[in-house]
Amino acid sequence: MRASSARRNTLYGILFALPWIIGFLAFTAYPILASLYYSLTEFVGIGTPKWIGSGNYYNLFHDELFWTSLYNTVYYVGLAVPIGFVVGLGLALLLNMDLKEVGIYRTLVYIPYVLPAVVVGFIWLWMLNPYYGLLNLFLNTVFHIQGPGWFSDPKWAKPAFVMLAQWGAGGSAVIFLAAIKDVPRELLESAEIDGAGWWTKFSKIIIPMISPVILYHLITALFGGFQIFTTAYIATNGGPANSTLFYVLYLYRNAFQYSKMGYASAMAWILFIIVLILTLIIFKTSARWVFYRGGGE
Amino acid sequence: MTLRHFTLKILGRLVLILISIVFLVPIFWMFTTSIKDLSEVMTYPPVWWPNPPKWHNYIKAVNYIPFGRYTLNTIIITVGNIAGVLFSAPLVAYSISRIKWKGRNILFMFILSTVLIPFPVIMIPVFIVFSRLGWINTFRPLIIPAFFGGGAFNIFLLRQFFMTIPEELSDAARIDGASEFGIYSRIMLPLIKPILIVISLFTFLGSWNDFMGPLIYLQNEAKYTLALGLQMYRSTNYVEWPLLMAASTIVVIPTIIAFYFTQNTIVESITLTGLKG
Repeated sequence: MRASSARRNTLYGILFALPWIIGFLAFTAYPILASLYYSLTEFVGIGTPKWIGSGNYYNLFHDELFWTSLYNTVYYVGLAVPIGFVVGLGLALLLNMDLKEVGIYRTLVYIPYVLPAVVVGFIWLWMLNPYYGLLNLFLNTVFHIQGPGWFSDPKWAKPAFVMLAQWGAGGSAVIFLAAIKDVPRELLESAEIDGAGWWTKFSKIIIPMISPVILYHLITALFGGFQIFTTAYIATNGGPANSTLFYVLYLYRNAFQYSKMGYASAMAWILFIIVLILTLIIFKTSARWVFYRGGGE
Repeated sequence: MTLRHFTLKILGRLVLILISIVFLVPIFWMFTTSIKDLSEVMTYPPVWWPNPPKWHNYIKAVNYIPFGRYTLNTIIITVGNIAGVLFSAPLVAYSISRIKWKGRNILFMFILSTVLIPFPVIMIPVFIVFSRLGWINTFRPLIIPAFFGGGAFNIFLLRQFFMTIPEELSDAARIDGASEFGIYSRIMLPLIKPILIVISLFTFLGSWNDFMGPLIYLQNEAKYTLALGLQMYRSTNYVEWPLLMAASTIVVIPTIIAFYFTQNTIVESITLTGLKG
């Protein structure tokens, strides 16, 4: 009886999971292996891939644009992730204030996060127009400085994307806010009675209590950052002078504009390995700074 | 103490108002640009509110590109995705949370691990498979995978929800002779309706806003989605800013409405995911 019910459960378990399992095999497992294989071939997308061993990887390491795109992306991630963390957490702390109308601020700050990336790209292309853009007008009238060319200046184009990314900080702020709201009140109150200031409360209680969410945020931000594509495709398409040729943009061009599927697959695998290593490092160090409350789920 | 508290509140309020304005200005700028004519766009200092507002820009914008066609295309893809996710995500979430079988923890690990795979890694082989099937320039590559996945985050969310439902409920139904699928469809799904709505809205935002997917699969202009179509207001060295911003405003409105209806549930569901630790 028990054995047959266990078998029955296994059968139903698999049956209910079947669509996902099929999808996983077809749209995840197979593509991962296939892209590894393609990365070792010369392949235009039709016909048979021609085995060239490590040729693509060798060529990539000698491809100046590959290094440019990697540099641009690391530059972007290196700024956008830490700044995004501070902005998101800062917003969350502000939105956690005991104000009657705080829900309105939360809504307003979150809205940009739900907008299509294409629209975001266009809005900022317009906002950052060197001549008619609102930001340079603001800089000129308030601070009397001539704003830079932003997307048309190789020096300022990458920082412009970092800034643009902060417009979506409401997304992470809402997640941080949910975590902060969940910090037990008694903990903060008893710390207050013991004479703890706001910095002590923040660094010794709030940060450790929300550290699992911080871990989640860092990993998703890292992944998102490395895969920046749409806003760059719209606002600069890699320019000026390849200063915003981000990794996935160059990968996309290789795959779908130059039909170098093998080459692009090699790029994809290098990206895969980079983000996996970074994730692993974050996870490894997280044992030291992430604090899990007891009680499981 | 109270005075300090009072000033802090005033200060915080001021900062929040300022931040809200900063976050809203680009959206306001999109809108106000959409009702200007070209001469009002290219002036310095800029015009904050055109007089009179050029509302007919909206009519021009929807006639400048096949706007109706693209809206329909986008709706087909979006509805298809929502249907797909609502089909596949609750099924697998049910399997790993309500059915006691050996493989369920491993399966859950696999589901979570899919978030660690960058899209470009799977994009090329999947594209090649779909092109061999002759599915390029159809909506199939943008819809069908949803029926065989559901998204790790959605599944995670659903699993957390399923686990809050008492086991006795299923047991009682089993004793009454209900089949596993009967329990799922007649008892469980109605119970998790709120989260199904949240997931639908997430999926809506994801497909409505998607750019890279349609960019790869839809090369025929008649098949474009709104996100792709917005590019057509721009030529090599010229952008129809007022029309582009008018079209953008129209494209954005559904996302803001969708967000408005979900904002509270989003916060609640995030708390429920146990992400809080």
